[in-house]
Amino acid sequence: MDAESLLLSLELASGSGQGLSPDRRASLLTSLMLVKRDYRYDRVLFWGRILGLVADYYIAQGLKEDQLAPRKTLYSLNCMEWSLLPPATEEMMTQTSVVKGRFMGDPSHEYEHTELQKVKEGDKVFEEEVVVQIKEETRLVSIIDQIDKAVAIIPRGALFKTPFGPVHVNRTFEGLSLSEAKKLSSYFHFREPVELKNKTLLEKAALDPSLDFMDSLEHDIPKGSWSIQMERGNALVVLRSLLWPGLTFYHAPHTKNCGYIYVGTGEKNIDLPFML
Amino acid sequence: MEELAFLKQEKENQEPAEEERPWEEMTAASSQDPKPGLLKTPESEQGPETGIQPRISPPCSPQSRGSTPLDDLRGASSPPPPQEPSSTLSSRDVAAPWQSDKTTRVITEAETLHSDHLEESHDKGESTPHQTCQSEGNAFQQPQQTDDHLYGPKDVSCSNSIRKELRFDIFQESDSNSNYYLNEAEPGASEMAPSMLEIAIRNAKAYLLKTSGKSGLNLYEHLSNMLTKVLDERPENAVDIIENISQDVKMAHFSKKLDTLQNENEMLPTYEIAEKQKALFLQGNLEGADQELEDEIAENSLPNVMESAFYFEQAGVGLGTDETYRIFLALKQLTDTHPIQRCRFWGKILGLEMNYIVAEVEFREGEDEEEVEEEDVTEERDNGDSEGEEDDEDELPRSFYKAPQAIPKEESRTGANKYVYFVCNEPGRPWVKLPSVTPAQIVIARKIKKFFTGRLDTPIISYPPFPGNENNYLRAQIARISAGTHVSPLGFYQFGEEEGEEEEEVEGGRDTFEENPDFEGIQVTDLVESLSNWVHHVQHILPQGRCNWFNPKQKSEEEEEEDEDDEEKEEKEEPDYIEQEVGPPLLTPISEDLEIQNTPPWTTRLSSNIIPQYAIAVLRSNLWPGAYAFCNGKKFENLYIGWGHKYSPDSYTPPVPPSVCQEYPSGPEITEIDDPTVEEEQAFKVAQEATILPTEEGEETEEDEDEEDNYE
Repeated sequence: MDAESLLLSLELASGSGQGLSPDRRASLLTSLMLVKRDYRYDRVLFWGRILGLVADYYIAQGLKEDQLAPRKTLYSLNCMEWSLLPPATEEMMTQTSVVKGRFMGDPSHEYEHTELQKVKEGDKVFEEEVVVQIKEETRLVSIIDQIDKAVAIIPRGALFKTPFGPVHVNRTFEGLSLSEAKKLSSYFHFREPVELKNKTLLEKAALDPSLDFMDSLEHDIPKGSWSIQMERGNALVVLRSLLWPGLTFYHAPHTKNCGYIYVGTGEKNIDLPFML
Repeated sequence: MEELAFLKQEKENQEPAEEERPWEEMTAASSQDPKPGLLKTPESEQGPETGIQPRISPPCSPQSRGSTPLDDLRGASSPPPPQEPSSTLSSRDVAAPWQSDKTTRVITEAETLHSDHLEESHDKGESTPHQTCQSEGNAFQQPQQTDDHLYGPKDVSCSNSIRKELRFDIFQESDSNSNYYLNEAEPGASEMAPSMLEIAIRNAKAYLLKTSGKSGLNLYEHLSNMLTKVLDERPENAVDIIENISQDVKMAHFSKKLDTLQNENEMLPTYEIAEKQKALFLQGNLEGADQELEDEIAENSLPNVMESAFYFEQAGVGLGTDETYRIFLALKQLTDTHPIQRCRFWGKILGLEMNYIVAEVEFREGEDEEEVEEEDVTEERDNGDSEGEEDDEDELPRSFYKAPQAIPKEESRTGANKYVYFVCNEPGRPWVKLPSVTPAQIVIARKIKKFFTGRLDTPIISYPPFPGNENNYLRAQIARISAGTHVSPLGFYQFGEEEGEEEEEVEGGRDTFEENPDFEGIQVTDLVESLSNWVHHVQHILPQGRCNWFNPKQKSEEEEEEDEDDEEKEEKEEPDYIEQEVGPPLLTPISEDLEIQNTPPWTTRLSSNIIPQYAIAVLRSNLWPGAYAFCNGKKFENLYIGWGHKYSPDSYTPPVPPSVCQEYPSGPEITEIDDPTVEEEQAFKVAQEATILPTEEGEETEEDEDEEDNYE
């Protein structure tokens, strides 16, 4: 959700029960303003909160002019002092994928993971137990990246691709219509397209290159990983991810108000197939 | 602008030379250029007289028409902008004759196209005083030049590859000429041959006005509509969003025809819920003052939802203020319409299609008869079913499997059924009472993990099969969550009767408690620092599915007497000593809760670190994500908002199906053995022969006889 319209956005997303306390809200409004100035971001998003056992991580993201360019992620424990996180890498992903359980809330906390590694000594191959230490900060980076790639979404038309390539906020976006808002195909993943290339020519023919340049939610795997609800008597559409419980996307049809917030434990719901 | 200045200079220099230029150019240019569309029309008046003129006039009229949409703007904006289209077209066309001669062919078409506009222009032309052109000529000089810069590239694209310099020259010539020679030029123009310029104008316009066979639109109108929109709305950096503006203008063409029917349908649910919620707001007024007495009782049962919502907001939990207030009203409706002793906003369970708002309710003494009746009915049904099965079994082979003794559900007001729960999907929708929970449902609910859909009658398809629909599952989960997460500060509640303490504790904990009138509150910091200052005030649910242990053995013995056939099996089972399940007693501190794989079950926190002296203690359950409790020293409240699932760090694995039952006891008669080999057979034969040797001889003779007989 946009840091500038934080209060309205929080009110719209409050249906999932996760808000911010008044002092957090006030400090976010102040500190994100300064973040925008100091890091020279074009737009600052309040991304959400990862609940730790001891403390919570508050996450914000800074966007440059090109909305799809890699985003800078910042975290804070007190909503005032923000620290920049390094970009996620493939190595981090594989490294942190073995970590289970809840976040602690301490970026320097180290998870211990024992691995069996094969060690060659001459002709013999030994299996040796190696304890790998994984910093929570690394895990935080990779989880945020995973959530971003899997479930960060925007309504169709909120962004548009300029002929020169960069993606901008569409100033003429006036919100989805009611009938569109109920369809998954009207929402796009807020990331570089992955599936788009695999579409057939026939499917591509109907796409508007300036608007349909991202993957839609329609063909997400597993099917049914989104709960789409009309709230407040059709005045608000809320999408909740079942794959990453805690992610709430809201959009008031016929208005520009839209955004997403993640408040959760930072764990993927791998039980989803059993639960549907 | 520098360029402008330069051009001006140039113009001045050129002036003398231009006087010598042939008339045609100058007059044509002068008659066209400095004047906006309106001013040109006088020429068209002259048209019919001269016979050549009609050719000149038509292009003028579209120009004037082109400017008409913009006429409205003149009031608001400065005069020059509305005239832009006309002046640019003319400036372009000044240059056009040098380039294209072939355009003349199209003229006739253009004429026919614009013949109807001709008359319009006549009228306007008459109304405008002829002389204004002179005075205005000066005023427009500058804007026209700037226009030329702005639209330069466009012109090039229209009348292929025009050399700019050349055009500027002519343009300025014409400007300057118009100032000085206009009066003389005018009469001349009427008699002059149609200039190439005008031909080009008509040509270009005809092209722009070509209607698309697909959409029925033409570019000329579209462009003018777009410009109107831009000038009306004045967006920032319009050039960046010109594509969208173009799209909007096109969309506006067909959206009008469809809207009435479609929108009506789409909005229906919105109005429906608004209407229902209106009733909530009006309910207080309708009752009037007559029922004050009853209201007093009702007020007691109604919780102050807003107050606890305020505290939860400090903790960063809770629904929006707006939604909370609607829930508050809905609870008021519930307490007004039902004989309710105590009511609480339990929380919200998220579903796939709709959500559940859950209210925890305690009926007044003796007012929950309905429920009892319902129970009887269900029990009767159960009995009926089992009897029916037995009848069938008489004829069919009977199964040896005997279902384990069903554990009876707890009476209402005790154990897991202590409270009654009402749910609704949205404030304003009807409240539905959930059926009381059975131990079997709780046991199975522990083994499955399913999303709620939001429709109470949805069957739960799962393994192991869940006995009931979603309303039963919901009720079971509510019971589990309540048992796990409802906590209060130490000392807030105390046990009621102290006499029966010993007895009841042996049985597995007492289930009654009352508010401690002497409770003095606990320091918030103590609550945050030590989990032992919080206690569970809802009974733990045993693995059996009940809060108070029920010994299944007692009943099974009774049944033994009834069914003699089963006696043997019962005897077999008897040696299994059933250990009594014991849970932690009521009001156990939560510091004794078990860890979930190194994850502490609770997280405590101060609501604010900035102003700790007024902060409240917040408790978050890690076992049931979404369950919260707060305490400000004196007051406390529990709330659950979430998906209704227990946390587990490991992935869910459905229980494996039980091992296959034995169909019948396996013995030597039914065990399959290998066929004997030939050797074995022969060995067996030999052995047999050896034993029956004495008798064999006699037999042989008989056999021989038989054989002989056969041969005969």
